[in-house]
Amino acid sequence: MYRHDFKKGIINFSALSVLFLALLIPSLAGGFSRYIQGLIISVCINIILAASLNLTTGFLGQITLGHAGFMSVGAYSAGLVAKALPLPDGIRFLLCIIIGGITAAVFGVIIGIPAFRLKGDYLAILTLGFGEIIRTVIENLKFTGGAQGLRGIPRVATPLCLTIAFWSAVFCIGIMFCFVRSRHGLEISAIRDDDIASEACGIDNAKSKITVFAASAFFAGVAGGIYAQYLGIISASAFNYLKSIDIMAFVILGGMGSLTGSAVAAAVLTILPEVLRGFSEYRMIIYSVSLIVLMIFKPSGLFGRYEFSFVRLLEKLGLTRRRKNEYSGA
Amino acid sequence: MNIPVLDVQNLSVSFSGLKAVNGFSVSVSEGEIIAVIGPNGAGKTTVFNLLTGVYRSETGHILLDGKSLIGRPIHETASCGMARTFQNIRLFRNLSVRENIKVAHCRNMHYSMLDCLLRSKRYRDDEGLADSLTSRTLKEFGFSDDADTPAGELPYGKQRRLEIARAMSLGAKVLLLDEPAAGMNHTETAELMELIAKIRRKYGVAILLIEHDMSLVMKICERIIVLDYGSIIAEGTPSEILTNKAVLAAYLGED
Repeated sequence: MYRHDFKKGIINFSALSVLFLALLIPSLAGGFSRYIQGLIISVCINIILAASLNLTTGFLGQITLGHAGFMSVGAYSAGLVAKALPLPDGIRFLLCIIIGGITAAVFGVIIGIPAFRLKGDYLAILTLGFGEIIRTVIENLKFTGGAQGLRGIPRVATPLCLTIAFWSAVFCIGIMFCFVRSRHGLEISAIRDDDIASEACGIDNAKSKITVFAASAFFAGVAGGIYAQYLGIISASAFNYLKSIDIMAFVILGGMGSLTGSAVAAAVLTILPEVLRGFSEYRMIIYSVSLIVLMIFKPSGLFGRYEFSFVRLLEKLGLTRRRKNEYSGA
Repeated sequence: MNIPVLDVQNLSVSFSGLKAVNGFSVSVSEGEIIAVIGPNGAGKTTVFNLLTGVYRSETGHILLDGKSLIGRPIHETASCGMARTFQNIRLFRNLSVRENIKVAHCRNMHYSMLDCLLRSKRYRDDEGLADSLTSRTLKEFGFSDDADTPAGELPYGKQRRLEIARAMSLGAKVLLLDEPAAGMNHTETAELMELIAKIRRKYGVAILLIEHDMSLVMKICERIIVLDYGSIIAEGTPSEILTNKAVLAAYLGED
């Protein structure tokens, strides 16, 4: 079972490396314009955001509408630190991403403590309010640049940014997979299904919920950190509740409880409006209609709870041998 | 056999002036089955909620194996061995049967996220132990063929059995069964009685049971406690209870 985990890791890593090279080589060789590279970076950011929101919404089963708030905390703290730190590009970029994540996680705990008592619509309203408070506070503080936004965040070369964004997304999704398939993941799925029974099974609901809030906020902060350092200018208005709803759309479309589903949906929904630019004013209509159609015909989202797996794909294609013991824990 | 595993004295709780439970005491020995019966609204489920820590008793004490449970949150009383099932079955419906059982073993897994990422020895040991305990429970309760079925798709009788199996996986010293036979037909009830008898024999667990099916109560319980308006009105063996005047009055009204 554990050797299989290792093999799976190698297969996934190789597949993602191929994908990465397929994106990086054209970027370096000039095949991809800066616009396309930027789009790829946005896709990576949105993948992290969608997957991290899926932790609370899909796995814990709690609707939260303040995800953009955590992203903005991450973005601003990363941006402010980046401005103050005279370090080489790559190291500064990475360091600031992590700082963004940690700051957001702290906010995740702060919001998690009152929020774990609430569920359903009450929690949705609380988190919506929280997101708006964060935005308003940032808009009115001096050191964040106020309504004009934070300017002059040091940027890095686009291909380097793409590399970091891509591998951050891979790394984040990897950790989240580990999380949801560990004892923590089992606990939060139990809470989602029946919070009274989970408590009666010896699970500390409050602690588990706060952990998930913190983890979810951490990854949103990471996404914010990449976003800030990619753009170089951020303004609080970009992190309003509409952004939170956009992220929620990725999650619902991809399937609640499927991390790969979130990733695919985030990629599709980020690229789709750009592809549809040719249709000018009709593009948002096409975008919305395709969302409605999908929700009618596949209400559980593209993937439902299903997870895409390279390993399974290879097994189906007959390229690797199927494991004898099918069972692999939670 | 005679040292009580659960010793409860004088539990009371009131909701906005209404005494829901008043001076409830019971002492249960290992392997004993005690039924708590009473008319609707007598406070039976409230007693269970007091024992498991959903409500906090205003008076008295609860000692489980010498450990006081008063004031402990629900998840701690559960970890101490006060396991329960619910009146309306509460399973993790989207999780498989195996995962439902494994949830009860989560409390024994202590590995961190780093252990999990690195697949450290601690992770492998914890997961391995939980998996083998889970498999054993699955076998003992006859779920080997349904292990990967989502719990919500099981037939009713099996759902109840799974709920009991999950409660037993908590290392239950005292098992609280809240109307386990509700909604069951005769064969299912007979199977349930067999199961209860079996787990009592095998694990020596003490069982407190709320039940309206009197034939079940009469057959498997050593003692019966009758509640009415939150107070104990009678206590004794099934035959004593059947002839008790106060019990008849509570159920049928006085003449």
